[in-house]
Amino acid sequence: MRLLTHNMLSSNIKGVTNGFPLRIEVEKVVEKEVDLNMDFLRNMFAKIEWKALVEASRTMGYSELPDDAESSMLDSDEFLRKFHHALLELHLEEGALVCPETGRKFPVNKGIPNMLLHEDEV
Amino acid sequence: MKLKQLEGLLGSLQQFETPKIELEQYPTGPHIASRLLYTIPSFSIIQAENSFGDVSDKVVADFGCGCGTLGLAAGLLGAEHVIGFDIDAESIEIASLNADELELDMDFIQCDIRNLRLSDRAIDTVVMNPPFGTRKKGADMDFLSMALKVASGAVYSLHKTTTRDHIKRTALREYNASSAEVLSELRFDVPQLYKFHKKKEVDVAVDLWRFVPNNNRPKHL
Ligand SMILES: C[S@@+](CC[C@H](N)C(=O)[O-])C[C@H]1O[C@@H](n2cnc3c(N)ncnc32)[C@H](O)[C@@H]1O
Repeated sequence: MRLLTHNMLSSNIKGVTNGFPLRIEVEKVVEKEVDLNMDFLRNMFAKIEWKALVEASRTMGYSELPDDAESSMLDSDEFLRKFHHALLELHLEEGALVCPETGRKFPVNKGIPNMLLHEDEV
Repeated sequence: MKLKQLEGLLGSLQQFETPKIELEQYPTGPHIASRLLYTIPSFSIIQAENSFGDVSDKVVADFGCGCGTLGLAAGLLGAEHVIGFDIDAESIEIASLNADELELDMDFIQCDIRNLRLSDRAIDTVVMNPPFGTRKKGADMDFLSMALKVASGAVYSLHKTTTRDHIKRTALREYNASSAEVLSELRFDVPQLYKFHKKKEVDVAVDLWRFVPNNNRPKHL
């Protein structure tokens, strides 16, 4: 799972109101190179929860993203490269996603988060 | 990419090993899958406001992705980020192998679509072949309502032709779609995967729909 996916996913446990962002527990991160698509990044920037992306990428061992970002930064190639890398090239391969409200862990194996709920969580 | 070429690539993908009846697991055949996806870029050209098409450079979700055919087709047609959602781990594993085979990066999430929580409008385009609800009544409507909630651009979906009026009414009135259109009517050969299917293939009339979610609804405080 890449951080773009993480950036839109909330804890889905019944009754949880602050399920975003899911905390990440890392066992293994994999990096895979992807072509940079400038137009895509510009479009995405408006939709991304920046703070969540910064925090998630740091947990994954990448701390190049600035704490705050604004759209004027999209003119910088260097910024775009970092944004691209954090968003699309880091994969959480093994670990867990943790509900920020309840601490419930959703395991991630082979890159796939298991968000299935137990009966009493639906 | 040519239609035939896409069909060829999709035809080489691995399909369900031991299909689970209760989940309505049968492959979205390459013939139908390639046509479903292929109409997306060409259809959207008609839409003046959408200069990119619904797939190329987009964030695409495949709901009930099974072995991944639809999502991978989107990837082959240039989607920037594809996420497959399915309740069944074994199917996702096959889908993931298929992605490797095609050298595509596709993310997967194992979840029940009915209680998925994604940010509203986080996805540009949802493509899906939902369970038709032959096993669990209304299963396809659960998928459709969620798709119209998370998509900002368009939802492409297959539903039984017999339910056409119901789908249209519900999508427009209850799921807040701003348009709901049948692009084509297809014959869907559901192969005899299950013992209770008497004939070799069950021929079902299926509509290919394009829904547009309503992005202009009043924002709640
Ligand atoms: C008709 S198949 C789609 C096949 C897929 N397009 C393919 O080509 O392999 C329906 C899929 O929906 C999945 N499914 C059924 N109910 C589900 C649910 N509640 N949440 C998520 N996935 C579900 C099944 O596991 C199955 O893979």
